[in-house]
Formats: sequence, structure tokens, C-alpha cells
Amino acid sequence: MNILKLNDVSMVYGSVRALQNVSFAVRPGEWVAIMGASGSGKTTMMNIVGCMNKATHGSVVLDGENLSRLNAGDLTAIRRDKIGLIFQQFYLISYLTAVENVMIAQYYHSVVDEKEAMQALERVGLAPRAKHLPHQLSGGEQQRLCIARALINYPRLILADEPTGNLDKANQNTVMDIFHQLHREGSTIIVVTHSPEVAAHAQRVLSLEFGRLVKDAPTQRLCA
Amino acid sequence: MFLRMVIGAVTRQKRKLLMMAGAMALGISLATAMLNVMLDVGDKINQELKTYGANIMVTPRGASFLGDLYGIEEGAGVSNRYLAEDELPKIKTIFWAFNIVDFTPWLDARVSVNGSEAGVPILGAWFRKHLDLPTGESVDTGIINLRSWWDVRQGWLKDDDMSGIMVGGAYAATHGIHQGDALTLSVRHTSGGERTARVVVRSIFYSGDREDDGLLAPLALVQRLTGLEGKVRRVEVSALTTPENELARRAAQNPRTLSRQAWEVWYCTAYVSAIAFQIEEALTDARAKPVLQVAEAEGAILQKTQLLMLLLTCMSLACSALAISNLVTANVMERGTEIGLLKALGATDSQISLVILAEMLIATFLGGAFGYAAGLGLASVIGHSVFGSAVSAKGLVVPIVALLILLVTLGGSIPAIRMLLRLRPTDVLHGRGAS
Repeated sequence: MNILKLNDVSMVYGSVRALQNVSFAVRPGEWVAIMGASGSGKTTMMNIVGCMNKATHGSVVLDGENLSRLNAGDLTAIRRDKIGLIFQQFYLISYLTAVENVMIAQYYHSVVDEKEAMQALERVGLAPRAKHLPHQLSGGEQQRLCIARALINYPRLILADEPTGNLDKANQNTVMDIFHQLHREGSTIIVVTHSPEVAAHAQRVLSLEFGRLVKDAPTQRLCA
Repeated sequence: MFLRMVIGAVTRQKRKLLMMAGAMALGISLATAMLNVMLDVGDKINQELKTYGANIMVTPRGASFLGDLYGIEEGAGVSNRYLAEDELPKIKTIFWAFNIVDFTPWLDARVSVNGSEAGVPILGAWFRKHLDLPTGESVDTGIINLRSWWDVRQGWLKDDDMSGIMVGGAYAATHGIHQGDALTLSVRHTSGGERTARVVVRSIFYSGDREDDGLLAPLALVQRLTGLEGKVRRVEVSALTTPENELARRAAQNPRTLSRQAWEVWYCTAYVSAIAFQIEEALTDARAKPVLQVAEAEGAILQKTQLLMLLLTCMSLACSALAISNLVTANVMERGTEIGLLKALGATDSQISLVILAEMLIATFLGGAFGYAAGLGLASVIGHSVFGSAVSAKGLVVPIVALLILLVTLGGSIPAIRMLLRLRPTDVLHGRGAS
């Protein structure tokens, strides 16, 4: 049983074909990297898988739900209940503290529980910074906070868009360590990246070129 | 969490929300001032208009009938029906007693002056009569207030001055009468007798009307000369009234055609017809009729003034709504990323709209509170500069202002909310296109 299955997915913006007939599947607990240069369709893929956009053609099945048949409200519910989003730019709410930024995801999901939010911060090593505002945190800390927010509702799929794109080497390693920990715990992770170094951490790499899936291979084979 | 978000946003965006509060404060201050003046202006304008005379005429029922049929309202011999002077204080005991500003009885006759044959018209009235009412209160009423525009050169008479008289300017000029002259007045009665009084001209007056061709005396003197002690031919009443509407017009034709509920509304509203009706109830065999020209002029002026103020209120609120709309739209545009993130985290459009609205309502209600206070001050300034007295703060204005703030905020936020609804997370978090 796959947690995610794309079948012949295409995405057209006017005359631009951002994705063309892409098909692949992700198993539960798998760590997949989606690679490609700028304009290859990575972000379009993330938006479709992350329920923020609907494919113009083909089907996307996430945890048994065919996203192609859902309306905007249903997609919002799927995104809220099943997906943890991590962004390159962090996108934290500047006037809320670190713990409140985690709680906001709880608030829109179900019930706010500050204790649980603190545990999520502890998991990413940010508990001592819980009462700090985002601008009082370093880039690495902000990304860890973003990960804590993504994890708080126990998502079926963690979807990360260039999670280390704005980080230095040390912070990049810290974030990747957290991803390894999550993977060991059974989380399904899809990382969209243009960095071979980040992709090398995944079990499997999908390569996109001009909207087409050109390679789907285990990491060792790609690295080799 | 909702409160944390709202409070966090409010404290973070102090400057923008202060601008929003300021826009609302400006609009609400003007609206508060206009509403308070508008609700108070009826009494103020009525009081101003009271200086132009009575708006209700009370006559004996039979005399009124003659007047209705033939247009004959006064003059000796026209009617031998009179109202009882001792009943007149009852006018100040009706349901709308406090709206009765002034009233005076009139008794007219024709007298012979210094033995001349020609009958000179003489009017008897109260000048400033002190009345002790059955309610225990007292009141001073008479033509000094009701005819405040008359040009009275040497001062008004006193009601108890039985040897004094005022002479109309035209009559005095024609007959060479001056202040201090002594006159002998006499009235020949049908029974054959004659009553005379020796009086001194206390004052010359100019009314600009037919009274200038006659004499004016205290009511008691005219009653004694005519032998009609305790009687008056008509009473002029000046009352503060509410502008007539359809209900009042229907009631004026025949109050009995009204339903019980409509009748109660009419009776308990200070329509000139309702006050006239209550005066008829209070006096024996009396017919009270609104002086329509005065009542309608009062109503028209009042309605136009209120309409003007209502338009000013609407315009000021529309300006506030536009300013708030611009500020909120700019705010939503600036916060596009934050709103996109909340949507990405699973917030629904209504949840996000609620947060934005709550922030705006906090700002606008704070601004509205300042605006209300400023509006009361402005109303006071308007009251003193236009009417020469303070405009009282009306409790009714508070809920109206609260409702206006709510409506203006909601109305002003419509473009921003529409923009917010159109915003998609992909537009602000990743850019729409592929990468």
C-alpha cells in the first residue's frame, strides 16, 4: 500500500507545461528526494502533493484520498490533517513566540496543547528558546522551529521545500540529523531540493527535467 | 490561541491600527455630534420657533364651528360662546404639559375712546400671568413670550394694572396719543348700561399686524369693561411638537379611525394634533386646532435640518469606511505571506477573516470611543454656537454609534476580505509558477 501515488500527472499554466505525465509512488516510511534545476517542476510538484494546487491532468492519491476529486475545502482539510509543511523561508509568524508558532498549527488542526508544543520544541532542541520571537532566533533555529510546527499534528507525510536552502553547513547538518531521526521513527518524508548533498540523505531520488520525471533511483545508484 | 494571535497582531501593528482608529475616530466624532444634535435639535429648533408665536388655537366649540364655516374667528357679536378662564391652568396638566411652552387667553371687544362713536378694537390678554397649577407647580405665561417680536417702546403692562393700557402704533399716530395720556374707555351693553374705565397709556407698541390699530389691556380690565368676568374668547398655545407624519395626519382627521395601538402611539407622541386633542380633553366645550402654517413650517424646518445632519453623518461615515477599507486592504496585502501560511497550515477563509476582523474591530472600537468623546465635545460646541445652549448627550446615540462602527468596519473590510479569499498559499509561499 503506497501512501502517495501520482499517476500521469500534468500541470499546465497557460501555455507552460510545468509537469508532464509524471507518475511515481511513495511507500509509508520512505524518504524521497525530488531534485531538479530551477524551472524543472519541483515546486509545482510540491504544491500538488501538498494539496495547495490541483493537477490539470492525472490523479494524485494521498493516504487513500484521490486529491483530483476534492474541492478546495477538502484539500485544506487533507493538508491540515495529513501533511507537515517545511519551507525554505521558514514562514514563521513574527509576532508569536516560538511555542505559539507551533501551537498555531495545533489551533487550526484540533486542540491547542502548550505542553505538547513544548515537547515538539524539545524534540528539535528549541525548548530553551520557546518564549523567543522568530527574529530572536538564528536561521537554523527558525528552520528547526518550522520542523517542530510541521510535526506537531503527527502528519502522515512531511513535505519539505529546500529545507536547508537558507542554512549554513552546521545548521544544515542539524536539520538533516532531525530528518534522520524522524525517518527512523517511521515518518514518510519528501524533500524537494536542488542540492545533491541533501538528496544523498534520502533513500530514493526522483529527478525532474523540464517537468518530466527523468530518473527514479535509490540514492546509492544516483550517487554512484 | 485566537486571542494571542489577535493581541499579538494588534501590538505589532500599532501604527497601522492607530491610523485605522484615527479614521474611525474622525468619522464617529462627526456622527456622534450630528446624531446628538439631530436628536436634540427638535427641541432646540422648536424653542427657537416658539418665538414666532403659537401653534395651537383653542376656541369655544360653537365659535370654532363658525370659524370653520365662514372664516369668522373674532369680533364682538360673532359668538356668545366663551371659555372659562379659571379652567385654563388645566392646559398645563395634560400628558404633554412640559411641552406647553406658553399660552395666553384673549378677549376682544370694541370700546369708545374718550366718548367717540367709532368702536376701537381692544384686546385683553395675560401679559405674564403667574399661575399656581393643580399639580402644585407654578408657571408664568402670557403674551410677553408669545409676542416677543413686538416692538414695545416703554415696556409691557402688568396683569394686575387695571388702570394701564397699551396703544397700537398706528392708532396712536392717527389720534396723536402718547405715553402718559389719560383715556376714558367705555363699552355700551345691549341691556342699555355702560361700563367705563379711566386708564393711562403706559406704552405704545408695534406688532406689524392689525393689533396696531387698536388697544391692548390686561384681560381683567377688558372682562370688567365687557361684563364678561371669568370668560375668554380664545386661547393661543405654544407647544413643542414633533413633526407631523402620516399617522399624525390620519389622527388629525379623526383619531377614532386609528387602531388601538396606533392611537396609543399617536397619543403618546408630541404631535401637534395629539397635544390639541389633549387640550380639548382638559377644557370644557373647547376646540383646539393646530395653526397649520406654524406647525407645518416647524415640521418642515426640523425635517430639513435633520436630513442635512443625517447626510453629513452618512458622508462622514462613508469617508471613514473608505479610509478604513484602504488601510485594511493595504494591511492584508502586506500580510499576504502570513495569511498564505495560515491557509497552508489548514486555516479556513472564515477563520482568517475572523482574526483580521477582530484586529480591525479592536482598533475601530478604540477609535470609536475616542470619536464618541470628541463628538460629545463637538456637539456641545455646536449647541452653544448655534442654539446658545448645550446639547445633551443622548443615551440612544451610544448603541447607534456602536452599530455604526460595526457596520463601517465590516463594510470597509469587504474589499480586503475579498482579496483574502482570493489569496492562495502557492501565490505567496512559492510563487505560482514552476521551478
